[in-house]
Amino acid sequence: MLRLIGALWVMFTHSIRRRVTILYPEKQPYLPPRWRGRIILSRDPGGEERCVACYLCAAACPVDCIALQATENEAGRRYPEFFRINFSRCIFCGFCEEACPTYAIQLTPDFEMCEYERHNLVYEKEDLLIDGPGKYPDYDFYRVAGIPIKGKDTGEGEDENPPVDVRVLVP
Amino acid sequence: MDAVLTSIAIVIGVLIVVLVIAAGLIWIERRFLALWQDRYGPNRAGPFGMFQVMADVVKILTKEDWIPPFADKPVFVIAPAVIVVTVLLSFAVIPFAPGIEVADLNIGLLFVLAMSSLGVYSVALAGWASNNKYSLLGGLRAAAQMLGYEVFMGMSLMGVVILAGSFSLREIVEAQRNIWFCIPQFPGLLLFLIAGFAEARRIPFDIPEAESELVAGFHTEYSGMKFGMFFVGEYLGIVLISALIAALFFGGWSGPVLPPLLWFLIKTGFFIMLFILARATFPRPRYDQLVSFGWKVMLPLALLNLVVTGGIVLAVGQ
Repeated sequence: MLRLIGALWVMFTHSIRRRVTILYPEKQPYLPPRWRGRIILSRDPGGEERCVACYLCAAACPVDCIALQATENEAGRRYPEFFRINFSRCIFCGFCEEACPTYAIQLTPDFEMCEYERHNLVYEKEDLLIDGPGKYPDYDFYRVAGIPIKGKDTGEGEDENPPVDVRVLVP
Repeated sequence: MDAVLTSIAIVIGVLIVVLVIAAGLIWIERRFLALWQDRYGPNRAGPFGMFQVMADVVKILTKEDWIPPFADKPVFVIAPAVIVVTVLLSFAVIPFAPGIEVADLNIGLLFVLAMSSLGVYSVALAGWASNNKYSLLGGLRAAAQMLGYEVFMGMSLMGVVILAGSFSLREIVEAQRNIWFCIPQFPGLLLFLIAGFAEARRIPFDIPEAESELVAGFHTEYSGMKFGMFFVGEYLGIVLISALIAALFFGGWSGPVLPPLLWFLIKTGFFIMLFILARATFPRPRYDQLVSFGWKVMLPLALLNLVVTGGIVLAVGQ
């Protein structure tokens, strides 16, 4: 009996305890920079799309929520004609970010993506593409990769040597 | 003519006040339960979430009023009404303040006990009419629970009746002018408090409902306003038991300075808060535990209390 009353008293003392609830919309939670949230497509420092439409993200995606179509511009740069992520399927595993060879696809610390209509969760390229370089400010794939495009031939990138013709005997 | 108008005004006033308190309890309970569990509770609609009640009412009134095809329709429809009607009828004999009382029955207390016994039909019939195993189990438990507490509930109040020499609630309140019955009848108060929790089917004795075991017990199949009736009936039950405790053991409307009606409301409110605090604190026993506790512990205690009180009154009276 006394223990029951004691229990009531303990509960009553909770009237002046601090509440553990975080009032979410007013008080935003801290999200670490590596939080796996809304997926974006970034641009390189020159302002060009980083994505080279290699399909690795789509292949890595365990729920097949990424769809894209590769094409090539007149400069020889590959880019996606369309790039579509169905966020109603996405499980935010981050495999696409790991698979991406050009740091184009990145997950960001943002989870507020609610929609009243399901089809609004399908993000097209214009929804995904941001203006900045995301988490890797200085990285530019075409400047470090040995791929020739218009205005930059093989071996003219950073940390690259001109190609050696192995059939030539002259030093 | 004036007397008729006054009594009609009292009836309507009591009805409105009681129903408003019962509806307001939805918000009060959720807020205080949250406070004691270190949460916030509803705090979005209006100041402190007060308009939550209105939102709930609108929601519950506009929900589909679904009667399952396998249910026993007439009983299914009547059951929720029974609980509200019986509890509201009990309020007829509660003396809120001198003169503010619907009916001063000379068997007031018996009337309340009779109505509370009828109230269990609602739960048992709802469980039966739903034609659902969980509902049926809830209804069975309600019946078993009623057998467990109803007897010592009546017995626990007889000490008060002996001291006051009357079944009329008004006379019981007036008999407490010198000393509130919570002191000479302390065992009776504890017994009635425990019985009251069982009567209102509240945690720790919400055994017929038992969400964690029986889905929602007797009202599993109910939706819309029929479910709302059970809900309102439960809150009305809390208000009724609190008002009864205030009237029977804590001097009803008597108190210094403040007007009598306010005193009655304060005392009632205190016990309503106790109900909510208990819900925040206690776990639920098994129903056989409640039944054996009722018969093996509480009933002998109530009888002992009755005998001792009777003996003392007899000895002092001579």
